[in-house]
Amino acid sequence: MESLLGITANDCVIIAADSTTAHSISVMKHDQTKMHKLGDNLAMVISGNAGDPAIFGDFMQKNLALYKIKNQYALGPHGAAHYIRRTLAESIRSRRPYSVSLLLAGMSEDEGSALYYMDYLGSLAKIPYGAHGYGAYFSLSIMDRLHKEDCSRDEAIAIIRECIKEIQHRLIINLPSFKIYAVSKDGVEEVEDLSMQE
Amino acid sequence: MEMNGSAVVAMVGKDCVAIAADRRFGVQAQTVSCDFQKIFPMGDRVFVGLTGLATDIITVSQRLKFRSNIYKLKEHRELSPKTLTAVISNLLYERRFGPYFCEPIVAGVDSTTGKPYISGCDLIGCPVEPADFVVAGTSTDQLFGMCEAVWKPDLAPEELFETISQAILSAVDRDALAGWGAIVHIIEKDGVTTRTLKGRMD
Repeated sequence: MESLLGITANDCVIIAADSTTAHSISVMKHDQTKMHKLGDNLAMVISGNAGDPAIFGDFMQKNLALYKIKNQYALGPHGAAHYIRRTLAESIRSRRPYSVSLLLAGMSEDEGSALYYMDYLGSLAKIPYGAHGYGAYFSLSIMDRLHKEDCSRDEAIAIIRECIKEIQHRLIINLPSFKIYAVSKDGVEEVEDLSMQE
Repeated sequence: MEMNGSAVVAMVGKDCVAIAADRRFGVQAQTVSCDFQKIFPMGDRVFVGLTGLATDIITVSQRLKFRSNIYKLKEHRELSPKTLTAVISNLLYERRFGPYFCEPIVAGVDSTTGKPYISGCDLIGCPVEPADFVVAGTSTDQLFGMCEAVWKPDLAPEELFETISQAILSAVDRDALAGWGAIVHIIEKDGVTTRTLKGRMD
């Protein structure tokens, strides 16, 4: 039900998630934040069932904070991605697996802009752009068409807006609100809050 | 095994081996990435290709690299391809009743004897060591057909490259879950040549 979008630009990574929390046919909340800030230049958008996204998001956030305290430097995007992947891969064969999908965005000196796709099984892929959920069916082709290697920040945000427009136009499930975030060397900031009017 | 899709093939030539894999990572019908790594070096002249569930491809390749590194530190020499097959077989059989959904292929040239070697296992580690070629993934039927048609014994490295490239490209074209490009490694006693193939991106 929940759509996640992500796209890399040459100096930042743009990620977006819808802001609807629903239980079966009822909308419980329409301004939910599905983004977790995992570090100064690291953030993820996460979706899934039954409270797992919130719990798993916080769990990863706290563990990455602990790593920084213990080792006196923070895990970069590559390390964090593999740490999160290992947690998911161990979870899938446990008594009750986490049921989450996520997109991890990070900026670093060595890697530049990095976007990672992960699913509940612990599959990991570093991608230039990607999406989760039903929204992916409408968004991936748009991103295939419009994305360039050396996209600027504004171009990337424009592409995300195009994808959101298409999702809102063609997906039968109403997703009126989206939040867009930019992860750059200056940090994680909310770029836009496309909220439904009250 | 049909969740992510993959195709890996290895062939024996004259004093060389070739191993090739497709590059697709998808979730059933939806393609997520076209540069997913399925062949991993476990030494200078030994490569392992893994097919099946993507998460298990990553986990098994990491666990195998760990065992390979420990072996190298203890023995001061690298794992030979034949021994690596035994290590993988053990790794997979340890999970006999909750297996990794992963079918590996080993391809390499023994650094002491110079003999080319290929092998494959099923998901619980049963090894097979044919003299000609091994295939794995969602396109095994297609790959078997292609390999049987184009393979000859004692192919030189350049000819082997052509042969394995034709085999994998034609095979994955008939499989919706595999393809989106391919990567080929030719392993000889004195070096490894890696080439990426341009294929149909559908």
